[in-house]
Amino acid sequence: MLYWEKRTPKPEILVSLPFQPFRLLVEALGVDRGGRRVIEGIDLAIAGGEAVLVTGPNGVGKSTLLRALAGLSRPAIGSVRFLADGVADADEVGRHIHYLGHRDAVKPALTVSENLMFWRDFLGGDGGASVEAALDSVGLLDLAALPAAYLSAGQRRRLAIARFIAVRRPLWLLDEPTAALDAASEASLVDLMAAHLQTGGAIVAATHLAIGLAGARSLRLVAGEMA
Amino acid sequence: MSPLAALYVRELRLAVRIGGGAMMGVLFYLIVVTAFPFAIGPDLNLLSRLGPAILWIGALLATLLGLDRLFEADRDDGALDLMVASGRSLELLVIVKVAAHWTATGLPLVIAAPFLSLLLAMPVDVTLATVATLLVGTPALTLLGAIGAGLTVSLRRGGLLLPILVLPFAVPVLIFGVAAATAVAYDPAAFRTPFLLTVALTLTATAISPIATAAALRNGLD
Repeated sequence: MLYWEKRTPKPEILVSLPFQPFRLLVEALGVDRGGRRVIEGIDLAIAGGEAVLVTGPNGVGKSTLLRALAGLSRPAIGSVRFLADGVADADEVGRHIHYLGHRDAVKPALTVSENLMFWRDFLGGDGGASVEAALDSVGLLDLAALPAAYLSAGQRRRLAIARFIAVRRPLWLLDEPTAALDAASEASLVDLMAAHLQTGGAIVAATHLAIGLAGARSLRLVAGEMA
Repeated sequence: MSPLAALYVRELRLAVRIGGGAMMGVLFYLIVVTAFPFAIGPDLNLLSRLGPAILWIGALLATLLGLDRLFEADRDDGALDLMVASGRSLELLVIVKVAAHWTATGLPLVIAAPFLSLLLAMPVDVTLATVATLLVGTPALTLLGAIGAGLTVSLRRGGLLLPILVLPFAVPVLIFGVAAATAVAYDPAAFRTPFLLTVALTLTATAISPIATAAALRNGLD
Protein backbone atom coordinates (compact mmCIF):
# COMPACT_ATOMS: atom_id res chain seq x y z
CA MET A 1 0.00 0.00 0.00
CA LEU A 2 2.84 2.35 0.86
CA TYR A 3 4.49 2.04 -2.53
CA TRP A 4 1.23 2.87 -4.20
CA GLU A 5 1.00 6.07 -2.17
CA LYS A 6 4.60 7.15 -2.65
CA ARG A 7 5.15 6.40 -6.29
CA THR A 8 1.89 7.39 -7.89
CA PRO A 9 0.71 9.23 -9.82
CA LYS A 10 3.02 8.63 -12.75
CA PRO A 11 1.39 10.66 -15.47
CA GLU A 12 4.53 10.63 -17.62
CA ILE A 13 3.64 7.09 -18.63
CA LEU A 14 0.41 8.30 -20.16
CA VAL A 15 1.23 11.75 -21.46
CA SER A 16 3.43 10.25 -24.19
CA LEU A 17 1.05 10.42 -27.16
CA PRO A 18 -2.38 12.01 -27.47
CA PHE A 19 -5.12 9.82 -28.88
CA GLN A 20 -6.72 10.31 -32.28
CA PRO A 21 -10.01 12.19 -31.99
CA PHE A 22 -12.98 9.86 -31.67
CA ARG A 23 -16.61 9.86 -30.62
CA LEU A 24 -18.86 7.27 -29.05
CA LEU A 25 -22.50 7.71 -30.05
CA VAL A 26 -25.26 5.87 -28.23
CA GLU A 27 -28.73 6.33 -29.68
CA ALA A 28 -32.00 5.15 -28.11
CA LEU A 29 -30.22 2.15 -26.66
CA GLY A 30 -32.30 -0.61 -25.08
CA VAL A 31 -30.88 -3.87 -23.72
CA ASP A 32 -32.68 -7.04 -22.65
CA ARG A 33 -31.46 -9.40 -19.99
CA GLY A 34 -33.29 -12.60 -19.20
CA GLY A 35 -36.19 -11.59 -21.44
CA ARG A 36 -36.68 -8.31 -19.58
CA ARG A 37 -35.90 -4.84 -20.87
CA VAL A 38 -33.31 -3.65 -18.34
CA ILE A 39 -32.35 -0.32 -19.85
CA GLU A 40 -34.20 1.69 -22.43
CA GLY A 41 -33.91 4.99 -24.25
CA ILE A 42 -30.29 5.76 -23.42
CA ASP A 43 -28.81 8.58 -25.49
CA LEU A 44 -25.19 9.44 -24.97
CA ALA A 45 -22.50 11.19 -26.95
CA ILE A 46 -18.98 11.23 -25.66
CA ALA A 47 -15.79 12.47 -27.26
CA GLY A 48 -12.11 12.39 -26.38
CA GLY A 49 -11.29 14.19 -23.12
CA GLU A 50 -14.76 13.65 -21.65
CA ALA A 51 -15.89 11.51 -18.76
CA VAL A 52 -19.37 10.27 -17.94
CA LEU A 53 -20.22 8.87 -14.54
CA VAL A 54 -23.19 6.51 -14.67
CA THR A 55 -25.02 6.55 -11.36
CA GLY A 56 -28.19 5.01 -10.01
CA PRO A 57 -29.44 2.47 -7.49
CA ASN A 58 -28.55 -1.23 -7.56
CA GLY A 59 -30.07 -3.22 -10.39
CA VAL A 60 -30.95 -0.20 -12.47
CA GLY A 61 -28.76 -1.36 -15.36
CA LYS A 62 -25.39 0.37 -14.92
CA SER A 63 -23.42 -2.81 -15.60
CA THR A 64 -25.75 -3.77 -18.43
CA LEU A 65 -25.15 -0.40 -20.07
CA LEU A 66 -21.38 -0.79 -19.82
CA ARG A 67 -21.53 -4.35 -21.15
CA ALA A 68 -23.57 -3.11 -24.08
CA LEU A 69 -21.02 -0.36 -24.76
CA ALA A 70 -18.23 -2.97 -24.61
CA GLY A 71 -20.09 -5.12 -27.13
CA LEU A 72 -20.73 -7.93 -24.63
CA SER A 73 -24.51 -7.56 -24.75
CA ARG A 74 -26.28 -6.98 -28.02
CA PRO A 75 -28.63 -4.01 -28.09
CA ALA A 76 -32.30 -4.99 -28.37
CA ILE A 77 -33.02 -1.62 -29.94
CA GLY A 78 -30.93 1.44 -30.75
CA SER A 79 -27.24 1.50 -31.55
CA VAL A 80 -23.76 1.97 -30.14
CA ARG A 81 -21.31 3.46 -32.60
CA PHE A 82 -17.64 4.28 -32.27
CA LEU A 83 -16.57 6.91 -34.75
CA ALA A 84 -12.88 7.38 -35.50
CA ASP A 85 -10.45 7.16 -38.38
CA GLY A 86 -9.79 3.57 -39.34
CA VAL A 87 -12.82 2.17 -37.55
CA ALA A 88 -15.03 0.89 -40.32
CA ASP A 89 -17.34 -1.62 -38.70
CA ALA A 90 -18.60 -2.59 -35.29
CA ASP A 91 -16.19 -5.51 -34.93
CA GLU A 92 -13.23 -3.17 -34.74
CA VAL A 93 -14.62 -1.18 -31.81
CA GLY A 94 -13.14 -3.73 -29.45
CA ARG A 95 -9.63 -2.65 -30.38
CA HIS A 96 -10.34 0.82 -28.97
CA ILE A 97 -11.89 0.07 -25.61
CA HIS A 98 -10.76 -1.11 -22.23
CA TYR A 99 -13.37 -2.85 -20.10
CA LEU A 100 -13.03 -3.31 -16.36
CA GLY A 101 -15.82 -5.52 -15.08
CA HIS A 102 -16.72 -6.78 -11.63
CA ARG A 103 -14.22 -9.56 -12.05
CA ASP A 104 -10.54 -8.86 -12.50
CA ALA A 105 -9.56 -11.55 -15.04
CA VAL A 106 -6.58 -12.49 -12.88
CA LYS A 107 -5.44 -16.11 -13.00
CA PRO A 108 -4.35 -17.32 -9.54
CA ALA A 109 -1.97 -19.92 -10.98
CA LEU A 110 0.05 -17.35 -12.95
CA THR A 111 2.42 -14.86 -11.40
CA VAL A 112 1.52 -11.19 -11.22
CA SER A 113 3.78 -10.28 -14.15
CA GLU A 114 2.67 -13.30 -16.22
CA ASN A 115 -0.93 -12.19 -15.80
CA LEU A 116 -0.19 -8.68 -17.01
CA MET A 117 2.19 -9.85 -19.73
CA PHE A 118 -0.51 -12.06 -21.21
CA TRP A 119 -3.05 -9.25 -21.44
CA ARG A 120 -0.41 -6.89 -22.81
CA ASP A 121 0.46 -9.35 -25.59
CA PHE A 122 -3.12 -10.38 -26.18
CA LEU A 123 -4.63 -6.91 -26.33
CA GLY A 124 -1.66 -5.47 -28.21
CA GLY A 125 0.56 -3.32 -26.02
CA ASP A 126 2.01 -1.02 -28.68
CA GLY A 127 2.55 2.40 -27.19
CA GLY A 128 1.66 1.29 -23.69
CA ALA A 129 3.96 1.09 -20.71
CA SER A 130 6.17 -1.95 -20.18
CA VAL A 131 4.97 -4.63 -17.80
CA GLU A 132 7.45 -3.47 -15.17
CA ALA A 133 6.48 0.19 -15.46
CA ALA A 134 2.77 -0.63 -15.31
CA LEU A 135 3.23 -2.83 -12.24
CA ASP A 136 5.37 -0.15 -10.64
CA SER A 137 2.74 2.51 -11.14
CA VAL A 138 0.12 0.42 -9.31
CA GLY A 139 2.60 -0.55 -6.61
CA LEU A 140 2.85 -4.24 -7.46
CA LEU A 141 6.37 -4.40 -8.86
CA ASP A 142 7.77 -6.00 -5.70
CA LEU A 143 5.18 -8.77 -6.01
CA ALA A 144 5.80 -9.36 -9.74
CA ALA A 145 7.09 -12.93 -9.29
CA LEU A 146 4.41 -13.92 -6.78
CA PRO A 147 1.54 -16.18 -7.91
CA ALA A 148 -1.56 -14.00 -8.14
CA ALA A 149 -3.38 -16.39 -5.81
CA TYR A 150 -1.68 -14.63 -2.91
CA LEU A 151 -2.95 -11.16 -3.81
CA SER A 152 -5.65 -9.45 -1.77
CA ALA A 153 -8.85 -8.29 -3.46
CA GLY A 154 -7.54 -4.73 -3.66
CA GLN A 155 -4.21 -5.86 -5.10
CA ARG A 156 -6.02 -7.95 -7.73
CA ARG A 157 -8.02 -4.87 -8.66
CA ARG A 158 -4.80 -2.88 -9.02
CA LEU A 159 -3.37 -5.62 -11.24
CA ALA A 160 -6.46 -5.28 -13.43
CA ILE A 161 -5.94 -1.52 -13.51
CA ALA A 162 -2.29 -2.06 -14.53
CA ARG A 163 -3.73 -3.50 -17.77
CA PHE A 164 -5.01 -0.01 -18.58
CA ILE A 165 -1.50 1.39 -18.28
CA ALA A 166 0.25 -1.40 -20.18
CA VAL A 167 -2.20 -1.29 -23.10
CA ARG A 168 -3.24 2.06 -24.52
CA ARG A 169 -6.88 2.29 -25.51
CA PRO A 170 -8.79 5.56 -25.95
CA LEU A 171 -12.12 4.59 -24.36
CA TRP A 172 -12.25 3.20 -20.84
CA LEU A 173 -15.39 1.47 -19.60
CA LEU A 174 -15.13 1.05 -15.85
CA ASP A 175 -17.67 -0.91 -13.82
CA GLU A 176 -17.33 -0.03 -10.13
CA PRO A 177 -13.61 0.67 -10.61
CA THR A 178 -13.05 1.57 -6.97
CA ALA A 179 -14.45 -1.70 -5.61
CA ALA A 180 -12.05 -3.21 -3.04
CA LEU A 181 -9.65 -0.26 -3.34
CA ASP A 182 -8.51 1.64 -0.26
CA ALA A 183 -8.60 5.45 -0.09
CA ALA A 184 -5.03 5.93 -1.32
CA SER A 185 -5.49 3.54 -4.25
CA GLU A 186 -8.76 5.22 -5.09
CA ALA A 187 -7.05 8.61 -5.23
CA SER A 188 -4.34 7.17 -7.47
CA LEU A 189 -6.98 5.72 -9.77
CA VAL A 190 -8.64 9.12 -10.04
CA ASP A 191 -5.24 10.62 -10.94
CA LEU A 192 -4.82 7.95 -13.59
CA MET A 193 -8.26 8.69 -14.99
CA ALA A 194 -7.54 12.43 -15.05
CA ALA A 195 -4.27 11.79 -16.92
CA HIS A 196 -6.17 9.62 -19.40
CA LEU A 197 -8.65 12.44 -20.06
CA GLN A 198 -5.78 14.89 -20.58
CA THR A 199 -4.32 12.78 -23.37
CA GLY A 200 -7.63 12.81 -25.23
CA GLY A 201 -9.07 9.60 -23.87
CA ALA A 202 -12.64 9.17 -22.68
CA ILE A 203 -14.14 7.36 -19.70
CA VAL A 204 -17.55 5.92 -18.95
CA ALA A 205 -17.62 4.76 -15.33
CA ALA A 206 -20.47 3.13 -13.46
CA THR A 207 -20.25 3.82 -9.77
CA HIS A 208 -22.36 4.66 -6.80
CA LEU A 209 -19.46 6.44 -5.15
CA ALA A 210 -18.70 10.07 -5.82
CA ILE A 211 -15.43 9.89 -7.75
CA GLY A 212 -13.76 13.26 -7.53
CA LEU A 213 -13.13 13.67 -11.23
CA ALA A 214 -13.13 17.27 -12.38
CA GLY A 215 -15.41 18.07 -15.29
CA ALA A 216 -17.17 14.72 -15.38
CA ARG A 217 -20.75 14.61 -16.54
CA SER A 218 -23.28 12.46 -14.75
CA LEU A 219 -25.79 10.11 -16.33
CA ARG A 220 -28.34 9.07 -13.77
CA LEU A 221 -30.30 5.91 -14.52
CA VAL A 222 -33.72 5.86 -12.88
CA ALA A 223 -35.61 2.68 -12.09
CA GLY A 224 -38.85 4.12 -13.47
CA GLU A 225 -37.48 3.99 -17.01
CA MET A 226 -37.72 0.22 -17.05
CA ALA A 227 -40.44 -1.23 -19.20
CA MET B 1 4.59 -12.10 -28.73
CA SER B 2 1.61 -12.18 -31.05
CA PRO B 3 -1.82 -12.28 -29.37
CA LEU B 4 -2.64 -15.83 -30.43
CA ALA B 5 0.81 -17.14 -29.45
CA ALA B 6 0.42 -15.41 -26.08
CA LEU B 7 -2.92 -17.14 -25.58
CA TYR B 8 -1.44 -20.53 -26.50
CA VAL B 9 1.47 -20.14 -24.08
CA ARG B 10 -0.87 -18.96 -21.31
CA GLU B 11 -3.19 -21.95 -21.78
CA LEU B 12 -0.25 -24.37 -21.62
CA ARG B 13 1.12 -22.66 -18.50
CA LEU B 14 -2.25 -22.86 -16.78
CA ALA B 15 -2.60 -26.52 -17.76
CA VAL B 16 0.66 -27.55 -16.12
CA ARG B 17 0.35 -25.35 -13.02
CA ILE B 18 -1.59 -26.14 -9.86
CA GLY B 19 -5.26 -26.68 -10.65
CA GLY B 20 -4.51 -27.32 -14.33
CA GLY B 21 -5.77 -30.48 -15.97
CA ALA B 22 -2.75 -31.70 -17.92
CA MET B 23 -1.69 -34.53 -15.59
CA MET B 24 -5.20 -35.41 -14.44
CA GLY B 25 -6.19 -36.68 -17.88
CA VAL B 26 -3.23 -39.04 -18.22
CA LEU B 27 -3.63 -40.37 -14.67
CA PHE B 28 -7.32 -40.99 -15.28
CA TYR B 29 -6.43 -42.73 -18.54
CA LEU B 30 -3.98 -44.95 -16.68
CA ILE B 31 -6.58 -45.84 -14.04
CA VAL B 32 -9.33 -46.65 -16.56
CA VAL B 33 -7.11 -48.79 -18.78
CA THR B 34 -5.64 -50.60 -15.78
CA ALA B 35 -9.10 -51.43 -14.51
CA PHE B 36 -10.00 -53.44 -17.62
CA PRO B 37 -7.55 -56.35 -17.11
CA PHE B 38 -8.84 -56.71 -13.55
CA ALA B 39 -12.41 -56.90 -14.80
CA ILE B 40 -11.78 -59.14 -17.81
CA GLY B 41 -9.30 -61.46 -16.16
CA PRO B 42 -5.94 -62.84 -17.31
CA ASP B 43 -7.11 -64.00 -20.74
CA LEU B 44 -4.31 -62.51 -22.85
CA ASN B 45 -5.95 -63.31 -26.20
CA LEU B 46 -9.15 -61.60 -25.19
CA LEU B 47 -7.26 -58.61 -23.76
CA SER B 48 -5.16 -58.13 -26.87
CA ARG B 49 -8.26 -58.40 -29.06
CA LEU B 50 -10.06 -55.78 -26.95
CA GLY B 51 -6.92 -53.63 -26.59
CA PRO B 52 -7.65 -50.95 -29.21
CA ALA B 53 -11.22 -50.55 -27.95
CA ILE B 54 -10.05 -50.21 -24.34
CA LEU B 55 -7.41 -47.63 -25.23
CA TRP B 56 -9.95 -45.67 -27.28
CA ILE B 57 -12.66 -45.68 -24.63
CA GLY B 58 -10.09 -44.63 -22.03
CA ALA B 59 -8.95 -41.78 -24.28
CA LEU B 60 -12.54 -40.70 -24.90
CA LEU B 61 -13.37 -40.57 -21.18
CA ALA B 62 -10.08 -38.88 -20.27
CA THR B 63 -10.67 -36.24 -22.95
CA LEU B 64 -14.15 -35.47 -21.67
CA LEU B 65 -12.87 -35.25 -18.10
CA GLY B 66 -10.96 -31.99 -18.53
CA LEU B 67 -13.18 -30.27 -21.06
CA ASP B 68 -15.69 -28.68 -18.69
CA ARG B 69 -13.06 -26.16 -17.53
CA LEU B 70 -12.10 -25.17 -21.09
CA PHE B 71 -14.13 -21.95 -21.00
CA GLU B 72 -15.69 -22.05 -17.54
CA ALA B 73 -12.53 -20.91 -15.74
CA ASP B 74 -12.17 -17.91 -18.06
CA ARG B 75 -15.84 -17.10 -17.66
CA ASP B 76 -15.69 -17.25 -13.88
CA ASP B 77 -12.85 -14.76 -13.53
CA GLY B 78 -14.01 -12.40 -16.27
CA ALA B 79 -11.22 -13.21 -18.75
CA LEU B 80 -13.75 -14.47 -21.30
CA ASP B 81 -15.49 -11.08 -21.23
CA LEU B 82 -12.21 -9.35 -22.06
CA MET B 83 -11.44 -11.83 -24.83
CA VAL B 84 -14.85 -11.32 -26.44
CA ALA B 85 -14.69 -7.55 -25.96
CA SER B 86 -11.18 -7.41 -27.41
CA GLY B 87 -12.66 -7.50 -30.89
CA ARG B 88 -10.49 -10.40 -31.99
CA SER B 89 -12.13 -13.21 -33.91
CA LEU B 90 -13.70 -15.49 -31.32
CA GLU B 91 -13.48 -18.41 -33.75
CA LEU B 92 -9.69 -18.02 -33.91
CA LEU B 93 -9.47 -17.82 -30.13
CA VAL B 94 -11.48 -21.04 -29.87
CA ILE B 95 -9.10 -22.79 -32.28
CA VAL B 96 -6.07 -21.65 -30.26
CA LYS B 97 -7.64 -22.63 -26.94
CA VAL B 98 -8.64 -26.04 -28.29
CA ALA B 99 -5.16 -26.55 -29.80
CA ALA B 100 -3.53 -25.70 -26.47
CA HIS B 101 -5.98 -27.92 -24.60
CA TRP B 102 -5.26 -30.82 -26.93
CA THR B 103 -1.50 -30.29 -26.57
CA ALA B 104 -1.83 -30.37 -22.79
CA THR B 105 -4.39 -33.19 -22.41
CA GLY B 106 -4.79 -35.06 -25.73
CA LEU B 107 -1.18 -35.44 -26.81
CA PRO B 108 -0.12 -37.02 -23.47
CA LEU B 109 -2.81 -39.66 -24.00
CA VAL B 110 -1.36 -40.52 -27.41
CA ILE B 111 2.13 -40.71 -25.91
CA ALA B 112 0.93 -42.86 -22.99
CA ALA B 113 -0.97 -45.31 -25.23
CA PRO B 114 2.03 -47.49 -26.27
CA PHE B 115 3.00 -48.00 -22.62
CA LEU B 116 -0.54 -48.88 -21.62
CA SER B 117 -0.75 -51.31 -24.56
CA LEU B 118 1.81 -53.46 -22.70
CA LEU B 119 -0.78 -54.01 -19.95
CA LEU B 120 -3.19 -55.29 -22.57
CA ALA B 121 -0.76 -57.67 -24.29
CA MET B 122 -1.24 -55.92 -27.62
CA PRO B 123 0.96 -56.87 -30.61
CA VAL B 124 3.32 -54.20 -31.91
CA ASP B 125 1.53 -53.56 -35.20
CA VAL B 126 -1.84 -53.12 -33.49
CA THR B 127 -0.23 -50.81 -30.92
CA LEU B 128 1.25 -48.63 -33.67
CA ALA B 129 -2.06 -48.55 -35.50
CA THR B 130 -3.89 -47.57 -32.30
CA VAL B 131 -1.43 -44.78 -31.60
CA ALA B 132 -1.84 -43.52 -35.17
CA THR B 133 -5.63 -43.49 -34.92
CA LEU B 134 -5.48 -41.79 -31.51
CA LEU B 135 -3.16 -39.14 -32.92
CA VAL B 136 -5.58 -38.22 -35.70
CA GLY B 137 -8.78 -38.97 -33.78
CA THR B 138 -8.36 -37.32 -30.36
CA PRO B 139 -8.34 -33.78 -31.86
CA ALA B 140 -11.87 -34.53 -33.09
CA LEU B 141 -12.90 -35.47 -29.53
CA THR B 142 -11.47 -32.22 -28.14
CA LEU B 143 -13.08 -30.17 -30.91
CA LEU B 144 -16.49 -31.76 -30.38
CA GLY B 145 -16.09 -31.36 -26.64
CA ALA B 146 -15.37 -27.65 -27.12
CA ILE B 147 -18.88 -27.21 -28.55
CA GLY B 148 -20.30 -28.84 -25.42
CA ALA B 149 -18.04 -26.70 -23.22
CA GLY B 150 -19.27 -23.58 -25.02
CA LEU B 151 -22.90 -24.59 -24.59
CA THR B 152 -22.56 -25.36 -20.89
CA VAL B 153 -20.33 -22.40 -20.04
CA SER B 154 -23.09 -20.41 -18.37
CA LEU B 155 -24.34 -23.35 -16.29
CA ARG B 156 -23.08 -24.02 -12.82
CA ARG B 157 -22.16 -27.69 -12.60
CA GLY B 158 -22.32 -28.00 -16.37
CA GLY B 159 -19.53 -30.56 -16.14
CA LEU B 160 -21.95 -33.46 -15.94
CA LEU B 161 -24.10 -32.28 -18.80
CA LEU B 162 -21.15 -31.94 -21.14
CA PRO B 163 -20.36 -35.68 -21.62
CA ILE B 164 -24.05 -36.39 -22.15
CA LEU B 165 -24.15 -33.75 -24.90
CA VAL B 166 -20.87 -34.72 -26.52
CA LEU B 167 -20.66 -38.52 -26.29
CA PRO B 168 -23.27 -39.32 -28.98
CA PHE B 169 -21.36 -37.15 -31.46
CA ALA B 170 -18.07 -38.79 -30.52
CA VAL B 171 -19.37 -42.26 -31.36
CA PRO B 172 -18.42 -42.14 -35.09
CA VAL B 173 -14.84 -41.21 -34.16
CA LEU B 174 -14.77 -44.16 -31.77
CA ILE B 175 -16.18 -46.54 -34.38
CA PHE B 176 -13.72 -45.68 -37.14
CA GLY B 177 -10.75 -45.25 -34.83
CA VAL B 178 -11.21 -48.67 -33.25
CA ALA B 179 -12.11 -50.24 -36.61
CA ALA B 180 -8.85 -49.04 -38.17
CA ALA B 181 -6.71 -50.18 -35.24
CA THR B 182 -8.41 -53.58 -34.95
CA ALA B 183 -8.27 -54.23 -38.69
CA VAL B 184 -4.46 -54.35 -38.66
CA ALA B 185 -4.43 -57.65 -36.76
CA TYR B 186 -6.46 -59.43 -39.45
CA ASP B 187 -5.90 -57.59 -42.70
CA PRO B 188 -3.41 -54.69 -42.84
CA ALA B 189 -5.02 -53.46 -46.06
CA ALA B 190 -8.29 -52.83 -44.23
CA PHE B 191 -6.59 -50.15 -42.09
CA ARG B 192 -6.68 -47.44 -44.70
CA THR B 193 -10.39 -46.76 -45.14
CA PRO B 194 -11.47 -46.41 -41.50
CA PHE B 195 -8.26 -44.48 -40.77
CA LEU B 196 -9.01 -41.97 -43.50
CA LEU B 197 -12.58 -41.68 -42.24
CA THR B 198 -11.20 -40.84 -38.78
CA VAL B 199 -9.07 -38.14 -40.39
CA ALA B 200 -12.13 -36.89 -42.24
CA LEU B 201 -14.09 -36.68 -38.98
CA THR B 202 -11.31 -34.62 -37.40
CA LEU B 203 -11.20 -32.28 -40.39
CA THR B 204 -14.98 -31.88 -40.33
CA ALA B 205 -14.87 -31.13 -36.61
CA THR B 206 -12.09 -28.59 -37.23
CA ALA B 207 -14.32 -26.78 -39.68
CA ILE B 208 -17.52 -26.85 -37.61
CA SER B 209 -16.38 -26.65 -34.01
CA PRO B 210 -14.85 -23.14 -33.90
CA ILE B 211 -17.94 -21.59 -35.48
CA ALA B 212 -20.40 -23.52 -33.30
CA THR B 213 -18.37 -22.96 -30.13
CA ALA B 214 -17.98 -19.23 -30.75
CA ALA B 215 -21.73 -18.90 -31.36
CA ALA B 216 -22.45 -20.81 -28.14
CA LEU B 217 -20.05 -18.60 -26.18
CA ARG B 218 -21.57 -15.38 -27.51
CA ASN B 219 -25.01 -16.58 -26.45
CA GLY B 220 -23.74 -17.70 -23.08
CA LEU B 221 -22.35 -14.27 -22.26
CA ASP B 222 -25.58 -12.34 -22.69
